[in-house]
Amino acid sequence: MSAMESVDGAVRTLPSIGRLSRGLLSRGLLFGGVHGRVGLSPSSRLLPPAPPSQENVDSQKTTFLLRKQWTLYSVTPLYRFSDTHLKDYARLLSAFIAAEKQKGLAVEIGVELGIKVAISSLPDLRGSDRDQAAILVQLSSRSPASPKNSEEKVIWSGWFCSVSGDDFSENVPEDFTCLPLFLANGAESYTSIVGSWFQKTFDCCFRRLAISPLNLSWMAAMWTGCKVDKTASAMELVFSVPHLPQPLDISYAIHPEDAKALWDTVQKTPGEITQEEVDVFMDCLYSHFHRHFKIRLSATKLVKVSTAIASAHCDGIIKFLQSQYLTGVLMLLTELAISQIQ
Amino acid sequence: MQRRQTPKQPLQVHRKKQTDLSAWRKGGRIDPEKSVQNHQSPNNQKNDSKQDSLEQALSYFEKVQDRVSLKKNNVLQKHLTTVESIALQRGLPPEGFDVLLNVALSGKLSDTVNTRLLKSLIPASVIPETSVVSSVSWLCVSKCSSNIQLLFLRWLITVFDFIDHKERLHALYGFFFSFLQDEKMCPYVCHLLYLLTRKENVKPFRIRRLLDLQAKMGMQSHLQALLSLYKLFCPELVTITLPGKTKTYFKDSEGPWKATINTVRQRKQENSLVSQPLFLGTAQPQSRKRKWNTQLIIPASSTNKNNLEEDREKQRVDFYGTNESFPVEQLQTFSQLLQNIHHLEFPSQMGSVLTNPLLLHYMNCIKDESIYLRLYYWMGQTLQEECTWYVADNKQYEEFKDFLETVYKAECFLQEGFSSCEEFLYKSLPLWDGFCCRSQILRLVSWIPLSSFSEMKSHLYDPLAQLFFTSSLYFKCSVLESLKELLQNWLNWHIIHLDSESDSQAHSLNTTLSGLVNVVAELIDFVGWISTVALRLENNPTFLLYFILDFYETVCDMYLRYNLPLLIMPPAGVFYPALLSMDSVSLNQLCYIMYRYRTNLVAAKENELSKKKILQFKFSSQTYQEYNQYIIAMVGCLWTSSAFQKDIHPQGLCMDDELLKKTTVQEFKTSFNIVYHPAMMGYAVLFLQQAWPDDTTFNFSLIKGKKWNWYLEYLYAQGLKGLKVFIESSINRVSQASHSKA
Repeated sequence: MSAMESVDGAVRTLPSIGRLSRGLLSRGLLFGGVHGRVGLSPSSRLLPPAPPSQENVDSQKTTFLLRKQWTLYSVTPLYRFSDTHLKDYARLLSAFIAAEKQKGLAVEIGVELGIKVAISSLPDLRGSDRDQAAILVQLSSRSPASPKNSEEKVIWSGWFCSVSGDDFSENVPEDFTCLPLFLANGAESYTSIVGSWFQKTFDCCFRRLAISPLNLSWMAAMWTGCKVDKTASAMELVFSVPHLPQPLDISYAIHPEDAKALWDTVQKTPGEITQEEVDVFMDCLYSHFHRHFKIRLSATKLVKVSTAIASAHCDGIIKFLQSQYLTGVLMLLTELAISQIQ
Repeated sequence: MQRRQTPKQPLQVHRKKQTDLSAWRKGGRIDPEKSVQNHQSPNNQKNDSKQDSLEQALSYFEKVQDRVSLKKNNVLQKHLTTVESIALQRGLPPEGFDVLLNVALSGKLSDTVNTRLLKSLIPASVIPETSVVSSVSWLCVSKCSSNIQLLFLRWLITVFDFIDHKERLHALYGFFFSFLQDEKMCPYVCHLLYLLTRKENVKPFRIRRLLDLQAKMGMQSHLQALLSLYKLFCPELVTITLPGKTKTYFKDSEGPWKATINTVRQRKQENSLVSQPLFLGTAQPQSRKRKWNTQLIIPASSTNKNNLEEDREKQRVDFYGTNESFPVEQLQTFSQLLQNIHHLEFPSQMGSVLTNPLLLHYMNCIKDESIYLRLYYWMGQTLQEECTWYVADNKQYEEFKDFLETVYKAECFLQEGFSSCEEFLYKSLPLWDGFCCRSQILRLVSWIPLSSFSEMKSHLYDPLAQLFFTSSLYFKCSVLESLKELLQNWLNWHIIHLDSESDSQAHSLNTTLSGLVNVVAELIDFVGWISTVALRLENNPTFLLYFILDFYETVCDMYLRYNLPLLIMPPAGVFYPALLSMDSVSLNQLCYIMYRYRTNLVAAKENELSKKKILQFKFSSQTYQEYNQYIIAMVGCLWTSSAFQKDIHPQGLCMDDELLKKTTVQEFKTSFNIVYHPAMMGYAVLFLQQAWPDDTTFNFSLIKGKKWNWYLEYLYAQGLKGLKVFIESSINRVSQASHSKA
């Protein structure tokens, strides 16, 4: 990612736990309210219930979603979509892809084509029974030279999901299916073809879902509080300095235990996070940074957050790293997607 | 073909005629010289003359002789330029193709001319099949060079979908197939055959021929394409294996026409207020630079029925359960709509209704929530994605402007605002610079639906007021204009729903009459406030006053015209500037408005007194009181010359006599009556000149008694109808009242 690669002017610090004292925390409070409160973000969010033990979730089915970069889209409700027709949809989509790939040439539906389309349901990926089950679309290629049963290679995948988006879906008529979040991995040309087909077939509308700095700071705070293995990697925040002729990114890495210790002093009610707590948390980090480097991060733009749970970029790119927190992250993303389409 | 080559008069004769200026005037028939004359006329810009010059150019090409050199012949140059410029601008009419193809392929003219002619064959609508068929016969006699032949084939491939019928063209399949032997033409002929081929065209001898060609020329992608199509139709006949993956079968198929065709089509769509349904659903110009789905495209109407009929092996999926619905692509005329209205289906993407008036008609008839919801989602996302002051990109500006225009036209058509558009305005107005897409945005404001009252202030009035006060006079007038339309749209909505209320409770808006009255009152108060401020900021210009009074022309008639129990008087900040205006137009307008207020108030009072209905709403006594204060001031000014004494409005003209004497104005009492009023004095002068032509002293005091009545008649004859109705209604009554008081 470009943000990570721009080494020029990058500043790194790994504060030791001793430095993050309570004194710093109280000073940090002075900087409260630096963040502009953009959008209609709620002032507090409930954390998803404690992740169920590994046995409950068939993690095998979702592990393939981990450690991949997903580009985020919001999708308006699908009109007359039915998950009993997935196989037919796959067939039609496959014909559509073939037609798009060979512009203007006749294509017969059902004929063996270079790209195989599979559309399936991922029933595990939802917040509650009231959510629609996630839908996975996979394109795989088989080389024309090799025999039929050879290994197929997935070249593109995308999935629609809704985790705890029931407040939204309950207000939509029956003809519509709410799967407001779409995540795609693979060449954009395929995203474009698949997306166009869904738009044409189900009269929906795809839009890139960017993540605002405010929401990134929410993610930073929420994910800091999550428990992971001891070997967890550092939490990294990337800031971009605006209005410069050359792009200048500042990378701020924090030991996960330090960050967790700080967060524990900030968070008041377990299971719930407020906007104020997020602000305090970020301000503490900013003032610590300022003390060392005399740079006010509050004047820059937060562009990327990486933790052991997931990493998110403001352009709307996400990477999931822990399967037990998958639904938790998706819940927040579903909320953001819904706010973009409402 | 021969008919067209019959010799006409030699050109020299025409040249001679050209020296004789009268010749072309006398000559009834169109000859080339005449068209040149016309072509050079100043009216060239006009469409009519364009049409003329095109007709003349076509008739020239129809009769043109062999070997006319382009360099030496001005006439040819002119006509060629005419054809080119019209083709580029709006495309050629169907009847033009026959003539131009014939001349271009007959080899009569040089290749330069032929190339230019072929390149300008841009269809405005369709291309008649007959003209294509006759060109193919030209191709068979090989009168033109191979370059022209190639160019023609490429043209034919590009415009294939524009040919109105294809049956006779299909009959020529064998001819086209025979062209395959020409090595240069082969790739293009393959492409053309690919477009033409039907199952019945696949014959063993043709397959053999193709395979022979392939053996001779090697693996050519165009041959493979045709073979694979043959194989698709008749797998039992084509047994060879073909490579499965080929990126492009045909190279350079778009030729020099594609871009122009798209531009012409787009322009045509823009120009027609109610644009024609697209007869080709697919071709939309796409910019390549932008990311997927960030381009503003109004989808074309297409049926959402997937081609599963032919797929017999697998079970048929009918997503919509309607087997016999009428495909929207075929919907071209209003009568078709009427005939098929019972089994018409909305297109797969609701956004496409915006450019399809027939579907808008249909939408008007269908009360289905999902239709509006689909449109709502699409439009909401598109507006936000494309809004140019969210996403800074100047290139999109025109696109976005056109889109807003399309949305507005659809709203006018449906006589209804879209809620996605309303939300968009609420979100974007606070960020708007008041300049970008100004007229589009303000016109969309006028269609904000009457649904949410409480948010109106923070969402609409506050951001609008900020822009209003800081922008130009012209912007202020535009805002007032659009708020007037907003008010009228609401009132129309009210009157329509008042009629239908008894028979249905269908409209979901929980708008009670009192709710409506409150919202309307809020809007009128807002306009009263900004008008007062604007008049002071801009120093009472007549132009602004006109727009303000225009708004009140609707307000003063709400009770009688729209059956709304609400009347609100203009604030003093509007009333007095109008009363004391330097311009008779404003004063006349004010008189008319006051007359209508009176008529409405009298009607309301009568209704109240007769008590035929139990009235839920009564005008407050304050309204009557305000009206009376204004009428006293007006009559005092214009008629009884007692404004300074009798005006009882707190912000009125009442002034102490002592103070008035200090102004040293003589005859201050009469200074605002219909003779001395600055807005009227011009009329008084003209009246004096007519009544006493010899008197040059301008003795205004002569206008009294009988002359006063003559003067009034004179004013009425000058078009001051507002003043007339005002005086005839209000003055008598007030004077009678004062009589009875006295």
